[in-house]
Amino acid sequence: MDNVLILFNQPVIFLQVVVDGILFGSILALVAYGMALVWGVMKVINIAQGEFVMLGGYVALKFADAGLSPLWAVPAATVILFCVGWILYWLVVHWVVDKDIFISLLATFGLSIFLQQIVNQIFSADVRTAESGLVSRSFLDDRLVVAEIKVLAFVLAAIVGGILWVFLVRSRLGQAIRATAQNSRAARLMGIDTNHVYAMTFGLNAAICGGAGALVAMTWVIHPYLGLSYLVRSFMIVVVAGLGNLPGVIVAGLGLGAAENFAGFVFGAEYQAAFIFSLLVVILVWRNWRLGRQRRYLK
Amino acid sequence: MNRQGMLILAVLGVGAVIGAPFAIPAFITQLSFLWLMVLFALTWDIMGGQMGYNSFGNIFFFGIGAYVCAVIQRDAGLDWHVAFFIGMAAAAALGVIAAAILGSGMLGLRGQYFAIATLGLGIAGGEIASGWDYIGAGSGLVPPLYPGALGAREMFFYFLFLVLAIICFFTLRRLYSGRFGLAINAIRDDEDKAESMGLHTTRYKTIAWCVSAFFLAMAGAGAGNMIGFIDPRDVAFAGLTFGVWMVLMAILGGKGTLWGPVLGAAIFHITQELFWTYLLGWQRVALGLLIVVIVVFFPTGILGWVREHYPEKFGQAVDAEAQGAAMGEKAEP
Repeated sequence: MDNVLILFNQPVIFLQVVVDGILFGSILALVAYGMALVWGVMKVINIAQGEFVMLGGYVALKFADAGLSPLWAVPAATVILFCVGWILYWLVVHWVVDKDIFISLLATFGLSIFLQQIVNQIFSADVRTAESGLVSRSFLDDRLVVAEIKVLAFVLAAIVGGILWVFLVRSRLGQAIRATAQNSRAARLMGIDTNHVYAMTFGLNAAICGGAGALVAMTWVIHPYLGLSYLVRSFMIVVVAGLGNLPGVIVAGLGLGAAENFAGFVFGAEYQAAFIFSLLVVILVWRNWRLGRQRRYLK
Repeated sequence: MNRQGMLILAVLGVGAVIGAPFAIPAFITQLSFLWLMVLFALTWDIMGGQMGYNSFGNIFFFGIGAYVCAVIQRDAGLDWHVAFFIGMAAAAALGVIAAAILGSGMLGLRGQYFAIATLGLGIAGGEIASGWDYIGAGSGLVPPLYPGALGAREMFFYFLFLVLAIICFFTLRRLYSGRFGLAINAIRDDEDKAESMGLHTTRYKTIAWCVSAFFLAMAGAGAGNMIGFIDPRDVAFAGLTFGVWMVLMAILGGKGTLWGPVLGAAIFHITQELFWTYLLGWQRVALGLLIVVIVVFFPTGILGWVREHYPEKFGQAVDAEAQGAAMGEKAEP
């Protein structure tokens, strides 16, 4: 309770929590957008979503270890993860994409454990961070501290999101992706190679997550078991916003970032993860309950 | 097989499971774990196989059971056996209550939403337990030591899990053969139609989850004591080991069958004991790979494969013509 009082008595702390939360939320919105893309186009819920974020983070870590500025890792992680996603599509997801959603759910669940454990074997389970070399700036008589890297992450997330949006609206492949999302069979009849579209979509999603992951590694911390929390957050955002609702994803992402930060401040950091996972259950049940009154359910 | 043959086989089987700990005492702990695995797979299959509700968070009830029992043992100040059995009963009761309460909200979710909500539930349980000081927080709980001699402890837990697994198996067999089994299979096949035929689907779904939670909570109570240390993330709410294994074992054996999970659990556990130690930490990587391979290339599991290829062994006289017609119907949607 005391922590809540502090928030109201000290508006600067309140502001600090909100700013940090929103800056983090931009990354969440990015990851959630990738998830919504795969979900909408392929009708697959990718449980390995968070693992792509984690892999992107380890690319940044490798850059930092090699003495390069991890800022270069953002484009590098994007490219590397695109290849990873593309390969994983043809190896695994391709076989389950038209099947029952449970099968693809279980297959990507297996994929997520596989990726998580392979990273755990190679890099060990230590919690690590990649030093970006950027400093923090303080405002309001040193009471509000904003790390430059967080602002940079926010800006980069916005840029990546913008590029993606333009790509989907303008480019030929983007149109093919949207056509496949609307009706894959009709798209096939119109001469679109849907397998190619699926592979590119999955790769694109992995690339977005990879870029986000590199930013996460520089701004916060990274460890092999990080993936699941990003999966749950992005799923939550997509469920709240609804598929194909880009402004909704952005608002929900920023909102979740802020809400999570508040929860961490009020309940203590040890309950922050518990808060996220419980919130997922609460949100799903609540949404379904609302629909249930009209004899409908989440689809 | 005739009746006499079945009887002989049954007697041999009973003799083997009762005699096993005496014949190979060195492996008694592994054998106890085998029964625990059978319990895991069977309870997962109620939801995942028979009812078509894939749950990634059934480990939640296992964790509740482990903690409730250990807390009662710690605080009651009774004789070990009395406290243990009271704890186990309380664990089962609380597990069922939790399943009923959670079920009333979560079982309204369909398909993928239910799967991911339960994934969140299992992890939330571990996170809350590792922050809660009353139950030892992150450092875990140590249940009181079994009072008997060294060998007696292992023997006690072996027979505990054996009895639990057997009770679970026969309870499920009874349930599946009656109205309940038909109802949950109908829910799996088409929930909307089942509901419009007048089935109280929510009631059946909640009962199914409660049955699952009942056995899992008791298994948790026993396993917490058998392992001797309840870590919130690695023992009680061990989503990464037990939680994944139960899904894998049921699918491996063949989900939606009674013997499938038992077979899957036996094969998985024996393979694990034989080969896992040589993989030196890569076993979890192999686990992920195994799930992918089974799900992608072998989704019906072992029993499903046998059933497809030798339908006559399953006592259902399959009319070849009717099957062909049904398949033709499916091929052309």
